[in-house]
Amino acid sequence: MGNIESLAYFIPELILTATVLAVLFADVLGGEREGFDPPANFAFVGCVAAFLAHFTLYSLPSTPLFNGILIHDPFGAFFKGFFIFCTGVTTAMVIVSREVARFKKGEFCVIILCVCIGMCLVAASRDLLMIYLSLELMSLGSYVMAGFSRKIGPSEEASLKFVLYGGVSTGIMLFGISLLYGLTGGTSFEAVRSALAGAGSGIEPIAFLALLMVLVGVGYKVAMVPFHFWAPDVYEGAPTAVTAFLSVASKGTGFALLIRFFFSVFMQPAEGGWATLAPLHFDWGLTIAVLSAITMTVGNIGAYPQTNLKRLLAYSGVAHAGYLLMGVSLMTSTGVEAVIFYLVMYLFTNMTAFFVILVVSESLGTERIAGFRGLWRGAPVAAFMMTLALFSLVGLPPTAGFVGKLYLFYAVLQQKLYWLAVIGVLNSVLSLYYYARIIKAMYLETSSETEPAVHSSPLAGLILIVMAAPVLYFGVFWNPLVEYARYCAHLMQ
Amino acid sequence: MESQTHLLTWMTFFPLIGAVLVLITPSRAKTFIKQLAFVFTLPSLALGVQMLRLYDPAAGLQFVERVSWISYFNIEYYIGADGLSVPMLFLTVLLCPICILASWGINDRVKGYFALFLLLETGMLGVFSALDFFLFYVFWELMLLPMYFLIGIWGGPRREYAAIKFFLYTLFGSVFLLIAMIVIYLNTGGSFDLVALREQIASSPLGSAARVQWWLFLGMYVAFAIKIPAFPFHTWLPDAHVEAPTAISVILAGILLKMGTYGILRIAYPLFPEMAQQFALFIAIIALINIVYGALCAMAQTDLKKLVAYSSISHMGYVMLGMAALTPEGMNGAVLQMFNHGTITAMLFLLVGVIYDRAHHRNIDGFGGLAKNLPIYSGFTCLAFFASLGLPGLSGFISEALVFLGAFPVFMVITIIGLSGIVITAAYILWTYQRVFLGPLNEKYAELPDCSIREQVMLYPLAFIVILLGVFPHLILQIFQPTMMQLIEIVTKG
Repeated sequence: MGNIESLAYFIPELILTATVLAVLFADVLGGEREGFDPPANFAFVGCVAAFLAHFTLYSLPSTPLFNGILIHDPFGAFFKGFFIFCTGVTTAMVIVSREVARFKKGEFCVIILCVCIGMCLVAASRDLLMIYLSLELMSLGSYVMAGFSRKIGPSEEASLKFVLYGGVSTGIMLFGISLLYGLTGGTSFEAVRSALAGAGSGIEPIAFLALLMVLVGVGYKVAMVPFHFWAPDVYEGAPTAVTAFLSVASKGTGFALLIRFFFSVFMQPAEGGWATLAPLHFDWGLTIAVLSAITMTVGNIGAYPQTNLKRLLAYSGVAHAGYLLMGVSLMTSTGVEAVIFYLVMYLFTNMTAFFVILVVSESLGTERIAGFRGLWRGAPVAAFMMTLALFSLVGLPPTAGFVGKLYLFYAVLQQKLYWLAVIGVLNSVLSLYYYARIIKAMYLETSSETEPAVHSSPLAGLILIVMAAPVLYFGVFWNPLVEYARYCAHLMQ
Repeated sequence: MESQTHLLTWMTFFPLIGAVLVLITPSRAKTFIKQLAFVFTLPSLALGVQMLRLYDPAAGLQFVERVSWISYFNIEYYIGADGLSVPMLFLTVLLCPICILASWGINDRVKGYFALFLLLETGMLGVFSALDFFLFYVFWELMLLPMYFLIGIWGGPRREYAAIKFFLYTLFGSVFLLIAMIVIYLNTGGSFDLVALREQIASSPLGSAARVQWWLFLGMYVAFAIKIPAFPFHTWLPDAHVEAPTAISVILAGILLKMGTYGILRIAYPLFPEMAQQFALFIAIIALINIVYGALCAMAQTDLKKLVAYSSISHMGYVMLGMAALTPEGMNGAVLQMFNHGTITAMLFLLVGVIYDRAHHRNIDGFGGLAKNLPIYSGFTCLAFFASLGLPGLSGFISEALVFLGAFPVFMVITIIGLSGIVITAAYILWTYQRVFLGPLNEKYAELPDCSIREQVMLYPLAFIVILLGVFPHLILQIFQPTMMQLIEIVTKG
């Protein structure tokens, strides 16, 4: 499809771009006056508009866009909606909090919107170059965002670590991409795939090496072991809103890329599902399955000694990356459905958890678990929402987390990977202990000081309820979400 | 037979309505919250009595309600009651109001306690009425959450440890149940229907895959054995029971433990009848260990509550022995023992709670001669103790006798060794009674008041049932006998 016709499929991104410009102007015109933050509000409205606009995408037929550099399909549409939603929530978190200095809020919003556009492009790319460019657009913005906190020291440390690790892993990924280009002489997924399919078995070792190198880049984005070392430091140092954004949207980007890239390049549709591309024999599914088992175990064990909530949730995020990788490793549509389902539940659950941390730590000035002692007395609603989110992360009914895990294990057992399912469920049990430590602090222990007083605006309460309600709702009535996940699991080759 | 009255649904969810109402009541109104919680357990009890009246033992599954829930996965809201679930449902609705009365002394975070308690009641009733595997699992897990908080917040000095230990053990077991559930679902072409699953499994590839069946049965067994709790998974129980507040100990011992054996009889046995036979000897050996080891441990205790906790382990061993025998007497004895242990152990924990409220300790050697000043209390304790050791004329005797009668022809050696459990039980119970109630009066406790009206109201119904079923056991036997006969036929034929 040509450039002009493609614009109809590009409305959410266009809205975001227009919002970026509007926020920039508002920020410049507003100057550095205290008590002025329409830029952030503009950004939020832009996100809402873009999110609403993304619904129009579902009714459009799947097609390549912009002369084949991007693609439109339900899978891409889902991730666009996912990223825009995350961005909107993060913007709202920035608006209601004081983490980002008021006069910097406009600047922050410009960056996060650019990151969001980058993410949307990643989900829709079907060209090696486009993937790299959009990934960089997203990464560079994320590095800056991590350093946006008022607490100068840790935040800058976080940002720097993020850049260093990120630069190396993106470099390795780029090298993998160049290998693929060298092997096949094409940059579009289609060209690469057909060249691989036509090549002899002699290219296999190099193709596998290229695959692994791309996996490094993706593994870094989703915090897969052994590329997870940045996560705890960055999560701890970055502003909480940014941590929330990274933990959900950045992870989502990694999975969008992983599924899009691997399914389009190394696989072919087979009857009733997918199969590895004919001349290739390596079992990359098994590679990822093993990595997923290691990732979840390392994440869960790493979370045990943590005393800082954001660090703890960083390790928990590593563990959840492991669960999600299970779904990818299966190379089935059910696996992709399960990943989509899980990501939706993870979005609401994790955002709820981080939002509680944000609200509470702003009032109490601590992000340590010990600081949450006796929280139920000072902030019963926040404590309850946090509990709900934590139970959902463990995967206990009647929360969405339970259904997400159920769906994943269902997909795993469908492929008869019993060992992976057993490791997965044992990890769930393992994770209960450290999540329960937070619940224990909030309800079972009492604060040594006078009861913690948490002050939050009614707006913050409203956002919290909007984020937490689906955690419970989708845990009980998940039919619509299954339907949606099934629809969105359609990838276009 | 579809039910038009939604009796089971109302019975299950009435407490939940109560929980919501408790939550919106201002926390200052403590007494009102307690009254509200009590009132909201009564409709379920009334419906339970109605259920007993309407239940026709000859007609099989009754009070059935079936609505599609998650159509994509063929999950249904499918509930009903047969001879196995009716006694358990009745036990639950009977114990819950009693436990609310036993919780009258709770004065810290009253609102949370009673809301969680009512949520727990809904969870328990759901487990006993669910006929959809998924629904069963949801209720099964749902119970964990309130239980964790009830032990962890309102428990004794080591409550945090006990609560998380209970939580971890049970979750560890139930994840295997989850895997088994999904594997069965995948192999039967997508079914969670516990009633139809037996035949669906038999006609599916799973029906001839003995190895897979073996693993699935083992997974389920671990999940349920942890709840029973069967040796070697029993170590959570003494901690949880001792640290939990009185009412929660009653619920734990009276109802939660039964879920383990109920799960085996409801799910594991009928779904994999061949495995039930293969595992019979193994279960019988574990049962024997439970009976003898539990009783020996009980004898060594100095804490009254811990003694009752270990006696529960021992008594649940009888249930397992009866189940393993797969004979009519054994199976009927097992279910009867489940019900009887529910009432007897509930009395025991309530009685321990009564004395703890007064003396603020539970050390067996710290009392002495209590019978002199506390005649009513001593009377109730005497009744509960004798019922527990299996005195003829009280309900415990019938079920234990049936279990041994049923197990003897099948596992002769095990049964003979198991009989020593009765002797040990008699020994520790009589010895305890002697130390606490007989002998010279401990002057420290000369002024203790006897049971209050509230406490007597809790204990009389249970005492009445213990005596009634000791004399007329067929009153309850006839309810589940046809169901058990049917189950035996399924298992032995398979």
